[in-house]
Amino acid sequence: MKNILNICGKEFRGYFISPIAYIVISIFLILTGWFFFSTFFLYGQTEMRGFFNLLPLTFSFIIPAVTMKLFSEEFNTGSYELLYTMPLSSIDIVIGKFMAAALFTAIMLLPTVSYSLFIASIGDLDWGPVIGGYTGALMLGAAYSSIGLFASSITKNQIIAFITGMTLCFTLTLLDKMLFFLPESFLAFIQYLGADYHFQNISKGIIDSRDLLYFLSICFVMLYSTDLVIRERK
Amino acid sequence: MIHIENLTKFYNDICAVDKISFDIRKGEILGLLGPNGAGKTTTMRMLTCYLRPSSGSITVKDFNIEDNPVEIKKLIGYLPESAPIYPDMLVYDYLKFVADIRGIDRALQDGRIKELAGICALNAVMHKSVGELSKGYKQRVGLAHAMIDDPEILVLDEPTSGLDPNQIVEIRDIIKKIGKEKTVILSTHILSEAEATCDRIVIINNGLIAADGSTEDLKRQAGSDYIINVSLLNAVFEEAKEALQSITGVSEVILAGSENNQIDLHIACRSTNDLRQDIFKLIKEKDWGLLEFNRETKSLENIFRELTR
Repeated sequence: MKNILNICGKEFRGYFISPIAYIVISIFLILTGWFFFSTFFLYGQTEMRGFFNLLPLTFSFIIPAVTMKLFSEEFNTGSYELLYTMPLSSIDIVIGKFMAAALFTAIMLLPTVSYSLFIASIGDLDWGPVIGGYTGALMLGAAYSSIGLFASSITKNQIIAFITGMTLCFTLTLLDKMLFFLPESFLAFIQYLGADYHFQNISKGIIDSRDLLYFLSICFVMLYSTDLVIRERK
Repeated sequence: MIHIENLTKFYNDICAVDKISFDIRKGEILGLLGPNGAGKTTTMRMLTCYLRPSSGSITVKDFNIEDNPVEIKKLIGYLPESAPIYPDMLVYDYLKFVADIRGIDRALQDGRIKELAGICALNAVMHKSVGELSKGYKQRVGLAHAMIDDPEILVLDEPTSGLDPNQIVEIRDIIKKIGKEKTVILSTHILSEAEATCDRIVIINNGLIAADGSTEDLKRQAGSDYIINVSLLNAVFEEAKEALQSITGVSEVILAGSENNQIDLHIACRSTNDLRQDIFKLIKEKDWGLLEFNRETKSLENIFRELTR
């Protein structure tokens, strides 16, 4: 456990030593801020649904950019050899890095809390969906971080890691929207596999254990696969 | 201390290490020697649990690498080839991170890092990022990384590569000092280095052990072949050659150079006895002037080249 925290701390600090953190956070805030507020005053409704609707799409390409270096860079520079020969198990490394990425996503979301405070100051904001939305956003961020981490573990090229991660995240986000031509009974099943469907459920303010379980199982499957991949490298 | 048995590693179809077995005792400085691609680094990577052997076993103390890799990693400090350390971390932060993982008490960390900075001469670069360092400094940070919690076993892959001659001597002294109490395994292709630092040498070629023993042992093994160099005055080469070849054990006489009335000869000998006595007697009988007379002990270079050709 102590080692997981050591790895997590090192990776998390690493984001803020290099310019990555500042660039990624700025891009995220500009994009979400622009798309949300450009229509917010036209609708004239004190709610954050517009922000949360867009979040799965923005996360789909922002989070793989955050996670792409986690393993690829280590494989590329060879520092993985030093890391892995320290008294650590592969699971310590995988979970430590995952936690750093998930924590980074949470930090990235933090400034957007000011949107809700601002909206609450100009009108009557229903806090239920907002709290649900942020809970869902954290779950979604964690799930996409685990996908990005997996993408990073299969290659030593960061660009390939980014594109693979982005493709996987986009697929999960858009799965139910792309397959509207399928029969309805089948679509329900596909919909259940999509991340967006579960995220929208939570962000309505209904925190259902099925939706939480969905995100937790994505994290579990992806972290387990990552662990298998890096152990198989030997 | 370390027991390696039938260790084999395949990379796809290529066999990098082929059923090697040897033991390493406590307090021994073992040099792994071999040409490029011989399997030195692969062997070290398996020993440090970075690679999994295709077959065979490694036991360190009572731990097996299949069952207790983390316990083994705790015992071993490892410096990989070219010390690939995170380029954007500060040297101090990096050593602190390693100290955390190695479980050194927070209160003692700064003292230990300072001590290592002294040993490895890192004081000037403590607050620079690793990416800015020269190769030599990086190597020394890697050495500090390996030694941070004073592990019982040090595995060093080409520890002196990229260092200047003064630093090489310093690092060798450090290794020798550590080697008095700890077990050190180092790989190198600088033979004089192996000769100067190691108690025992294992020569690996094409994934197989070509020789195993102390430097003296290895030289003795090859000792029945040696060369005697003489410079003679007032001798004619043909006559000298004939006379010298009549001595039993002299296999060949080669003219290395001649000027005025001096000739330089290489006398190749194959004998377990020292033939210098006989040759000297002959020279006295013939009344040649003797300018130079020495026996060339076979250097490690020659042994190495013979074994790995």
